[in-house]
Amino acid sequence: MKDILQIEHLTHTYGAGTPFQRNAVEDLSFTVKEGEFLGIIGHTGSGKSTLIQHLNGLLKPTAGRILLDGKDIWAEPKKIRDVRFRVGLVFQYPEYQLFEETVYKDIAFGPINQGKTGEELDRCVRTAAKLVGLKSEALDKSPFELSGGQKRRVALAGVIAMEPEVLILDEPTAGLDPAGRENLMANIRDFHRNRGGTVILVSHSMDEIAQNVDRILVLKSAHILMDGAPRQVFARGQELIAAGLDVPQVTRVAMALRDRGLPIDPAVYTVEELKRALLNLRKEGAAC
Amino acid sequence: MLKDITLGQYFPGNTPAHKLDPRTKILLVVIYIVALFCAKSFLSYGLVALTLFACVRVSKVGLKALVRGLKPVVIIILFTAVLNLFFTPGQVLFQLGFLKITDAGVSNALRMVLRIMLLIMGTFLLTYTTSPISLTDGLERLLNGLKNFHVPVHELAMMMSIALRFIPTLIEETDKIMSAQKARGADFESGNLFEKAKALIPILVPLFISAFRRADELATAMECRCYHGGEGRTKLHVLRYERRDYAALISGVVIAAAVITLGRLEL
Repeated sequence: MKDILQIEHLTHTYGAGTPFQRNAVEDLSFTVKEGEFLGIIGHTGSGKSTLIQHLNGLLKPTAGRILLDGKDIWAEPKKIRDVRFRVGLVFQYPEYQLFEETVYKDIAFGPINQGKTGEELDRCVRTAAKLVGLKSEALDKSPFELSGGQKRRVALAGVIAMEPEVLILDEPTAGLDPAGRENLMANIRDFHRNRGGTVILVSHSMDEIAQNVDRILVLKSAHILMDGAPRQVFARGQELIAAGLDVPQVTRVAMALRDRGLPIDPAVYTVEELKRALLNLRKEGAAC
Repeated sequence: MLKDITLGQYFPGNTPAHKLDPRTKILLVVIYIVALFCAKSFLSYGLVALTLFACVRVSKVGLKALVRGLKPVVIIILFTAVLNLFFTPGQVLFQLGFLKITDAGVSNALRMVLRIMLLIMGTFLLTYTTSPISLTDGLERLLNGLKNFHVPVHELAMMMSIALRFIPTLIEETDKIMSAQKARGADFESGNLFEKAKALIPILVPLFISAFRRADELATAMECRCYHGGEGRTKLHVLRYERRDYAALISGVVIAAAVITLGRLEL
């Protein structure tokens, strides 16, 4: 599969020339493949938010380049808006950006900025609303009448309606109840599977990351600490914990069992895997 | 971009200028402004400027930061300068059509520009060296006497502290909302004035909503901690005049008197 995003030696300095000068990200290089589901984890202040705001051109790199489909996104600064339509970014607590009178109009804001009109516009709005599980009656309501979880879906639909190739989500489930979390993640998986879109998920919840992504990028104080498949990353559980991060609950159980002398692979990260590992052990007749 | 605004920003420090009682500093600024408006001759302006620069040196606030504070008022300064330059009657030095520059115009324009610049830099020095909290604290204590005339001094001071406290928060919030709308392709730069004003709606609506939400939350939080206004409320940090405050006040009055006397001499 081809590389959709290439990040080359990205550095961003805040407050250059003042006593508060610091690098939020420093010399980051990695690529994102088309159709990939990438998770980004890192402690608060590790540079996650700064990194993702570079990917759609909201921030300009102090040094380094971002390539979208092989082209430098800042090659033509006047056309940066086109990049933002192709790389959709959903901020943290996106419900606070809703402003229109009706849900429909709010979802249509992005597509209208793209220049979509008539039937195409209507199709984009309705498909996006359907994808996030909004009923058609909800479209005529004021977004401010909805519940928190519903509002967040409207905001998500507002970005999906632009039909981006890459969807970036900054802690999409923060502050939602467990059912709301699962629903929203299902919507995002749907976008990933059925549209073949590339998804980048920033999250603090290791379980959420473990259940969804193909690859994990771990950031620590402006640098990449790890980059690999969930199994490879969670196998370094001790290092993650030392970096102030966490491992999925299942991995935690496996690590604890291993500490007690059971020969279990500490890199298991789904309930299913752990179950299989335990059953195997039993078959082999190890003492449980 | 929005974060670059210096709106009475406080520079923490531990200099004598920071340690002065806020009431002293407010009074000194009032004396400074009175002296500045009484100054007439350039010599008296020189004395005011000298005093200001001495205070700046003591406060260790960079002169650069102070000059940066002048940026937003450049237009006003230029406007005053031009008005004074062309519309003061006196001996004509230079004439171009109906525009004429007089000797009195030149010196008036110079004085006005100096006055505005010194005025702004002086007041900025106050906000640079005094945290918003102690500033409103000082103001509240200074105006305490007005309570007898049914002026709600405490309430006004509380409103001011809350407003000052929320300026950076709201700026940050505006930044966030702008980024979010830009991510949806909002365009704040191009278009005519009408289109630009219309482009602000996606920022202003969420900003107002969040401001109201914050106000509501703050009110609840204050009520939970049994806030009920100024009646019988005690202070955590009680303001007390010290020797340095008396010294600063006396020097302020002396310098102001000197400026006023110098201003009367025609130089």
